[in-house]
Amino acid sequence: MPETAECHHDLHTSGKQVIDVALVGNPNAGKTTVFNALTGLRQKVSNYPGVTVEKITGFLEDQPGSRIRIHDLPGLYSLVPKSLDDKIASDVISSRSDQVDNLRLTVVVADASNLNRNLYLLTQVVELGLPVLLALNMMDAARANGLQIDVAALTKKLNIKVVPLIANRGQGINELKDAIRHLVKQSGNHSPPAGILVDGALGQVVHPVTIWIKNHSQLSDEACRYEAVRVVSNDSAVENWRAIPHEHSQQGYTTLLAKVQEARQQIETNGSQWAMLETQLRYQWVDEICRDAVKQGTARQGLSEKLDRILTHKVAGPILFLLIFAFIFQSIFTWAQVPMDAIDGFVTWVGAHVGAALPGWILPDLKDLLVNGVIGGVGAILVFLPQILFLFFFLSLLEDTGYMARVAFIMDRFMRGTGLTGRSVIPLLSSFACAIPGIMATRTISNARNRLVTIMIAPLMSCSARLPVYALMIGAFIPQKSVLAIFSLPGLTLLGMYLLGILGAIGAATVFKWFMNKNTRPPTFVMELPPYRLPSLKWTLLQVTERAKIFVTDAGKIILAISIVLWFMAYYPRPSAGTLPSQAIKQSYAGQLGHFIEPTIKPLGFDWKMGVALITSFAAREVLVSTMATIYNVEGANETSQSLRDKLRSERDPETGQAVYTPLVSISLMVFFVFACQCMSTVAVVRRETNSWRWPMIMIIYMTSLAYVASFVVYQGSKLLGLG
Amino acid sequence: MIALEQLKIGESATIQTVMNQAPDMGQLLEMGLTPGTRVRLVKFAPLGDPLELEVRGYHLSIRCSEARSILVKRDLSQQVA
Repeated sequence: MPETAECHHDLHTSGKQVIDVALVGNPNAGKTTVFNALTGLRQKVSNYPGVTVEKITGFLEDQPGSRIRIHDLPGLYSLVPKSLDDKIASDVISSRSDQVDNLRLTVVVADASNLNRNLYLLTQVVELGLPVLLALNMMDAARANGLQIDVAALTKKLNIKVVPLIANRGQGINELKDAIRHLVKQSGNHSPPAGILVDGALGQVVHPVTIWIKNHSQLSDEACRYEAVRVVSNDSAVENWRAIPHEHSQQGYTTLLAKVQEARQQIETNGSQWAMLETQLRYQWVDEICRDAVKQGTARQGLSEKLDRILTHKVAGPILFLLIFAFIFQSIFTWAQVPMDAIDGFVTWVGAHVGAALPGWILPDLKDLLVNGVIGGVGAILVFLPQILFLFFFLSLLEDTGYMARVAFIMDRFMRGTGLTGRSVIPLLSSFACAIPGIMATRTISNARNRLVTIMIAPLMSCSARLPVYALMIGAFIPQKSVLAIFSLPGLTLLGMYLLGILGAIGAATVFKWFMNKNTRPPTFVMELPPYRLPSLKWTLLQVTERAKIFVTDAGKIILAISIVLWFMAYYPRPSAGTLPSQAIKQSYAGQLGHFIEPTIKPLGFDWKMGVALITSFAAREVLVSTMATIYNVEGANETSQSLRDKLRSERDPETGQAVYTPLVSISLMVFFVFACQCMSTVAVVRRETNSWRWPMIMIIYMTSLAYVASFVVYQGSKLLGLG
Repeated sequence: MIALEQLKIGESATIQTVMNQAPDMGQLLEMGLTPGTRVRLVKFAPLGDPLELEVRGYHLSIRCSEARSILVKRDLSQQVA
């Protein structure tokens, strides 16, 4: 490995060079448990530059000054990348990533109770030429499944160090640490591990390709044979050689193509499929290893399959799924309300006290900026935190137990029409509480296109911040009439708003699918249903706090900036002394802007005051209520306030003398809020999760257009039909 | 030879081939659905799709459309599920 400048820097400051060790393994192999045991939960979470894949590192828990840095890479089944996560992991251990300077060892964590498929990845990793260590985790689960694993035979067969583990009980961790320390010291002179065999008849078939690769690279003989197998079985592997310059040789890329074609034809003639060559070879090798090292005794009937008889049962499965999520949402709405109110109260208290404590000589403008702009802005971030923490806590628990995979299994068929898969269900359901944790939860979606579509439609799910708006409008303008004896008109209106959001999301997903279809792979649904496991509370809490930190720091900065801008617009220019607050808002920049956009929103039935509310509620939807309250000069209004409702009802157009708010206007306004992207926190999170301004911009544009068109159709359509 | 999708619940079979037109043939193979491997159809999801398989000692879910491109031969001695 070439040493980078940073490495030298480390060398000078600490006296010891940092040695990198990569931890890879299949998802659900207990890789993270092993990582935590090695590093003592002292992890550092950052992002790989340019992507949203989390980079998790920690130093080997060791004598002070240990410089062995462990990289917990995303779980993957194969080095052929399927998702962004896979690509990162694959790049790091193939030494293609500049994020890891001094990689000396790859530790493959395998689930001993599922050894066969877990070893597939190992067959690929050993070909990379670095020392490899096999950490055989969950030995207890293997025993329970009736598997007897002969570690000595496995070591001999693979020619690498194998350490058996029960990581969640800490068994074997010291041996693993010793093995890592030992292996990183003697790098360079390890005897090569055993890999797949490319010999005999097969060796003959791929020989011409092997020779071509040999002549066009500096790879070892062994590596050339492996690459030849990859190239013969995989078109994209052939493609990788197109970019290699061939100036010193007449035999260019076209020659390679011809040789590959010939090898493939020969394989077909022998009655096999060339596209299966590589995988079949690997699994043949894996089967051979397992034949020698694993004895299958009598297995107990799997607990997981028994649990699944209920949890994925035709009838009970969906019912339990709904009950579990009803419980989670209930907790987000009710339990989170207490800390949310506390935070809200605390922020107001701090604001008031800071305001009072500031010395008199400070400009009133500065004081207002501090109290309403900065502290109010920070409050807007913090008030969402309890909901985010609750949701993440439950989602993390469900993920760690293995239930999440069952949710995807149950709901996949339902999602089919939108072009999405079952994996999008959780983020979308979460978005009914709040789109922010919902969008952050899309990371579990491996298909990049599906992840993006899910992010883009998540804010169309009616979140809890829309409730105050719906509550105000329905309470004021929708008459309490019963429908079909059991339903009430206000209740049905509310339901209608939620359904409208879902319909919009389905429509938007279909359109996005159509737009993005061109050069991305179609979504597939090939998903492991891992055995149910007890989650670790400590680890879950750690994950929740990490996510919370990221939310507050990253999204918080943007929210704060926008808050200050909105504050400025509502505060300036300063009115003369004695002006009523409702007059002041009319003269402010926000008020002027409201007047400016009035002609645009007039066809939706809105006047300039609603325009102001639309502008300020871009910060957050519920700001609409407080803005309206300011404009109509109702002190201390909230969404159930009778006086604000009365004010709205009695508001008259100064020219025509007709009511400004009719039930139709209120519906038009609600429809606007169903679709409009009125939430800067969401914009900030989308910016973070997609790492560009492109998608948040597209989101604002498409959602606002959708909102406008929908409100226009509702308002003008009803007018045409003579309603309202 | 029948498509994997046509197995009855609880039935075991041996994979004969994975057809080229499967959109994610590579992924199916990588997850261990290679010719010669024994699979058991565990169940269908509540809405009839996707399905759950047991393969190489673990449980895997794939859509019926994917299962259609996997051809299998029923095992002669059927285990009682």
